[in-house]
Amino acid sequence: MDASSIAAFVVSTNEVFRTMLSLSVTAGKPYSCCTVPKFENEVSGIIGMSGDVQGMVVLSFPTATACNVIRSFTGMDMDPSSPDFADAIGELVNMISGSAKAKFEGKTVSISCPSVVVGKGHKVQQPSDALCITIPFECAGGAFSVEVAMKVARAAAHPTQNTTAAKAA
Amino acid sequence: MKVMLIDDSKTMRTIQRNILLQLGFKEIEEACDGQDALSKVSAFAPELLLVDWNMPNMDGITFVKNYRAQGGKSPVVMVTTEAEKTRVVEAIKAGVNNYIVKPFTPDSLSQRINETLSRAKAA
Repeated sequence: MDASSIAAFVVSTNEVFRTMLSLSVTAGKPYSCCTVPKFENEVSGIIGMSGDVQGMVVLSFPTATACNVIRSFTGMDMDPSSPDFADAIGELVNMISGSAKAKFEGKTVSISCPSVVVGKGHKVQQPSDALCITIPFECAGGAFSVEVAMKVARAAAHPTQNTTAAKAA
Repeated sequence: MKVMLIDDSKTMRTIQRNILLQLGFKEIEEACDGQDALSKVSAFAPELLLVDWNMPNMDGITFVKNYRAQGGKSPVVMVTTEAEKTRVVEAIKAGVNNYIVKPFTPDSLSQRINETLSRAKAA
């Protein structure tokens, strides 16, 4: 994963929080997902990526931060166990992922419909063959993170080589 | 004026509904995916449609193609996270009249809706 991919997620997270939640965010230094996380994941929104880039995006919060963020997003207090709360978290990770993938120049990437996990101390297992980076963020509502696991599909990584192979075939 | 909101996220439908209400639109119907929208569109006869792209069961592009094939002529604004130029071209080819990328501000969505309706009126 190169610096521009990480930057795409920093910029898109900033855009989504500023535009839809009127919250400014500060990104910390990204670290490997193997490192002990800075807080316990209690609410996670998950999106899969496929196409020229394959992997997963996980937006994770402690419950208190998630409640603050969702209040800013929807203008309402929501019970974290309600379907509407999960829907709002899913839409946030959807917008962050969609906005970030548009910044991957020359790559066609599709994203899945979001899934949401709510529960203390859960861990989202990232694909073992993908490089995984956690980007920590701070906003007025608290700390949260965006985990990105991605690998560039072989065809996108070596387009010339593949074109030649295809022609030879 | 009758507006149909098609998005699988209830949160996004509520945000868009509130913006439409502020703009003075009173008759608003919601659908949670393309299939749901197709089942409601004949009876409701919307004069403007706001459609998400990525939805379960039937995505927004497939819905727009079906809607146009059935003779639906009302303007369609695609409201989506799909920001790549190739996607915009694909949407226009499918019959979408205007396009706005999420995240959006209330002002930018309002502007896009007004622009779309003015164009439709002029045509």
